[in-house]
Amino acid sequence: MSDPTGGHRLQRLRIEDLADVARGAAVLGTGGGGDPHIGELLARSAVRRHGPVELTALAELPDDAVVLPVAMMGAPTVMVEKLPSTEQVGRAVEVLTRHLGLRVTHIACDEAGGVNSLIPVVAAAELGLPLVDADGMGRAFPELQMTLPTLYGIKGTPMSIVDEKGNAGIFETIDNTWAERLARTATVEMGCSAMISNYAMSGAEARRSLVPGTLSLAAAIGRTITAAKGSDDPVAPVVDHLGGRLLFTGKVVDVARRTTTGFARGEARLEGTAEFTGSTLLLQFQNENLVAERDGELVATVPDLISTLDLASGEAVTTETLRFGHRVAVIASPCDPRWRSDAGLALAGPRVFGYDVEPVLIDLAAGVPA
Amino acid sequence: MRIGIDVGGTNTDAVLLGDAGEVLAAVKTATTSDVSGGIVAALATLQGKHAFDPIGVRAVMIGTTHFINALVEARRLAPTAALRLGLPATASLPPMVDWPERLVEAVHGRAYLAHGGHEFDGRKISDLDEDELRRHAADMAAHGVRSLAITSVFSPVSAEFELRAAEVIAAELPEMAISLSHEIGRIGLLERENATVVNAALRELAAGIVDGLTASVLGAGILAPIYLSQNDGTLMDVEHARRYPVSTFASGPTNSMRGAAVLSGVGNCAVIDVGGTTSDVGVLTRGFPREATTEVSVAGIRTNFRMPDVLSIGIGGGSLVTGTPDSAAVGSRSVGYRLTEEALVFGGSTLTATDIAVAAGRADIGDASLVAHLDRSLVRAALERIAADVADAVDRMRTSSAPLPVVAVGGGSVLLPDVLAGSGEVLRPENFAVANAIGAAIAQVSGEVDRVFTIEPGRRHEVLDAARAEAVERAVAAGATPNSVEVLEVDEVPLPYLPGGATRIRVKAVGDLQLHGARAGAPEVAGV
Repeated sequence: MSDPTGGHRLQRLRIEDLADVARGAAVLGTGGGGDPHIGELLARSAVRRHGPVELTALAELPDDAVVLPVAMMGAPTVMVEKLPSTEQVGRAVEVLTRHLGLRVTHIACDEAGGVNSLIPVVAAAELGLPLVDADGMGRAFPELQMTLPTLYGIKGTPMSIVDEKGNAGIFETIDNTWAERLARTATVEMGCSAMISNYAMSGAEARRSLVPGTLSLAAAIGRTITAAKGSDDPVAPVVDHLGGRLLFTGKVVDVARRTTTGFARGEARLEGTAEFTGSTLLLQFQNENLVAERDGELVATVPDLISTLDLASGEAVTTETLRFGHRVAVIASPCDPRWRSDAGLALAGPRVFGYDVEPVLIDLAAGVPA
Repeated sequence: MRIGIDVGGTNTDAVLLGDAGEVLAAVKTATTSDVSGGIVAALATLQGKHAFDPIGVRAVMIGTTHFINALVEARRLAPTAALRLGLPATASLPPMVDWPERLVEAVHGRAYLAHGGHEFDGRKISDLDEDELRRHAADMAAHGVRSLAITSVFSPVSAEFELRAAEVIAAELPEMAISLSHEIGRIGLLERENATVVNAALRELAAGIVDGLTASVLGAGILAPIYLSQNDGTLMDVEHARRYPVSTFASGPTNSMRGAAVLSGVGNCAVIDVGGTTSDVGVLTRGFPREATTEVSVAGIRTNFRMPDVLSIGIGGGSLVTGTPDSAAVGSRSVGYRLTEEALVFGGSTLTATDIAVAAGRADIGDASLVAHLDRSLVRAALERIAADVADAVDRMRTSSAPLPVVAVGGGSVLLPDVLAGSGEVLRPENFAVANAIGAAIAQVSGEVDRVFTIEPGRRHEVLDAARAEAVERAVAAGATPNSVEVLEVDEVPLPYLPGGATRIRVKAVGDLQLHGARAGAPEVAGV
C-alpha cells in the first residue's frame, strides 16, 4: 500500500498538532462524525495535563499487543452541549479491560473522522498508553458494525459503555449489528452521549484489519488546509492530498432535512459557480454525505468519501451546519480498497443506506495524483 | 415622528422620520468619547435643521458600537465569574477554557463548576446543590466578583436550574448582577456560555451607557421611550439593554443594510456599505440580513450569536492607491480616520481612493485642485479595479443566478460605478450616508423560539404551530403590535440518534413596534 500521509508519519501528537488533526478529521468525517472542535479541546486538555501521546505505526505493532479502540457514541448536537469529560473516556477503556482480564497495551480509533479521531487521543493521554496510527474505517460511518474488522470476523463485543454520571455497562452480543442496536438504546438512556470501547483485538488482528496512517493523514490534511488559508483556491491542495476529485463548487440553495430511523437524513441542492456555472448538484446525506448527483448523473457514492469544504477557508462543513447560502466545494476521495469488495459493499454500500443505485467509485486505474 | 441615531466609532448620525416613515432631516456629527456628547450634539443639529416639537417624538432608536468596542479593547469590563451547572458532566472543559488569556485577565475571570444541568429531553443530570452554590457565592464575594454568568447544561430545553441558582446567589449577594445563558444563546454550551460571560462583563458599562443615553435624550426634551438595536436588526427597550448589552454586537452592519432596504424600497437585494477602510457586502431577504452560517468569533471568543452574513473587502474611502495605469491596486491598507490629514485633497501626501473619486468628479471633498494633476488613466484604472473587486464580492454573496438588485450606501459609495458587472444597476438611495441611523429608526421587534421539541408521529404540524404561536407571543411581549406580527423563519433540524423524533426547531417572528408616545412615569420636567 502506498503511504497515505505522503511521508509525513508522525511519531507523537503534541498540543500544537491537535488543531491540524481536528481540521483533517473533519474532512475525513464526510459531513458527519461530530464537531471535532470539542474533541480538539478535550484532547488539548488531556495532553496539557499528561504530555504528548506516542503514536505506534500499524506495521510496528507486535503480534501479542492488546489493542482497545475507543469512541464516542451519540448525537453530535448533544455532545456540543453536554460536554464529555476526559476521565469518562479513560473509564470506557478501564471498564472493558477489567471485564476482559487483559492488560491493554495500545489504544486505537474505531473511525477516522470528526470527533472520534480525537477521543482516542484523550484516552491514550489519560491512561499513558501509545495510540495506534490507524483506524477501523478510513472514514466515518454512522453505525458500529460498519468497520473493516467486521469484514475480518472480529467481534465488536464485549463492549463497554459509560456515561459521565458514573454508569457503566458491558454488552456481549451475537453479532456486531446487535451491538449497534443495544448500545444505541443504552446511549439514549444515558443522555445521548456515551463513551464506548469495543473491537478489542490482538496486534496481529489490528495489522490485518485496520487502515494505516489515519492520524498522520488527518494531521497532514489539516496542515494543508492551514497552509492554503487565504489563497485563491484552498480546496485544490486538499483534493490533491487525498488523491480525490473535485465534483462541484457552488452555493447551497436548498437544504431539506427529515428524520427517519434516528438519522439526520436529508438532501442539499447546490447551484454551480466558476467552472460549474449552470450545473446543479444534489447531495444526499444521513449524518455523512452518501450520494452526489450532478445534473441528474451519479458522480459519487458511499463508500468513497464525499466531503464538503468551505470555498473560502477550505475547512470541512458538517451536514448539520450546511445552510442556504453556504459556498462550498464538494469533493470525492477513494475509500480503503477493502470497502469495494462485495462483502464491503454489502456492509456499507449505497443500498445499505436505502439508495437503490450501483456504487459509483473513483477509478483508481485512471491515475491518481500523487 | 421618530428619531434614529447611530453611534459609530467615527460619526454619530441622526435622522428624524415622519409618521409615514419619510425622512424629515438627517445629520452627521462627530462621535465623542463620552456617550452623551455626540448624541446631544446630533439632536441639537437635527433640531436646527428641521425644527420639531420634542413632545411629538414617539420613539428614539439607537444603534451603538460601544459594547463590542469595549470587548475588543478589553476596557471597562466588570470583574466577572462564570458559574456552570452540569457536574459531573463538562468538568474537563471549564468556563473560558478557549478564551484569549488577555480577555480572561481583563474580566478577572473566575470559573465555578456545580451540580445541575439537564439532559436533551429535560431529565436532570444531577440535582442542584444549594449549599455548593452558597459556598461558591462566598468565594465570589471574597474575590470581588461583581457580575455573574450562569450557564446550565441544556438550559434552552429547561431553564429551571439557571433560574433557581440565580435566586440562591441573589439571596447571598444581593448586589451581584446576574446574566442567564438561556436568555442569551442557543444550544452549544461553550459558545452560549461565552456570550453570557461577555454579557456579564459588560453589565456595568451598560448601566452607565444606558443612563447616559437616557439623560441626553431627556435633555433634548424628548420623553419618548428609547430602544437599542440588536444583532438581528430588531429592537430592545432600554431596560432590556441594561441586562443584555451583548445583544447589540452586530447592530452596525445590520442597521446599514436594513436602512438601505427601506431607502431603496427593495426588500431582496445585495447591499454594499462603503466605509473608510472596508466595504461590507451583505444580502437582504424580505428586508432582513441573511445570517452567517459559521460560528462567529468576537475578539477571539467563539460565540453563537446570529450575526449577519457580511463579506468585508479592504476597499474604502481611505484605501491607499498604488501602482500604474496598467496595474492599479486599491487597498487593503487605509489611512482610516487620518484621511483629513493624509489625503491629497486635504493637502496630504498619500494617494487615496477619496482622491480618485474627487479627481473623477464623482465627489466634492476637500480641495479638488490638489488632484487635478493626477494621470487620467491611473484614475480610470483605480476605479475599474474597485468596480471589479466589488462586483466579485457581490457575486460571491449571491445565492442564485436570478438578478439581484444592488444598493450602495455609506460615505464611500461614490467610489462605485453606476452599473456593476454581473448585477446591473447600482441603486443609490437618497440619504445613503445615514442609512444606519435610518435602519435603527425603522427597526421592528422580534420574538424567538429555539428548543429541542419531541415530535410524535403525525403531530409535526401541531408542534410547529405551537412553536410559531410561542414566537409570536414573545414578539408581542417585546412590544410588537399583535396584528403586525408575522413569522419570518422556521428552521427544523432533526437530531440524529435521538428517540421520539427529537427536532430542534427555531422560529422567529417579527412585528412593528407599538408606539405609545411618552414613557409611562417619565419626569414632567425635561431637565436632567
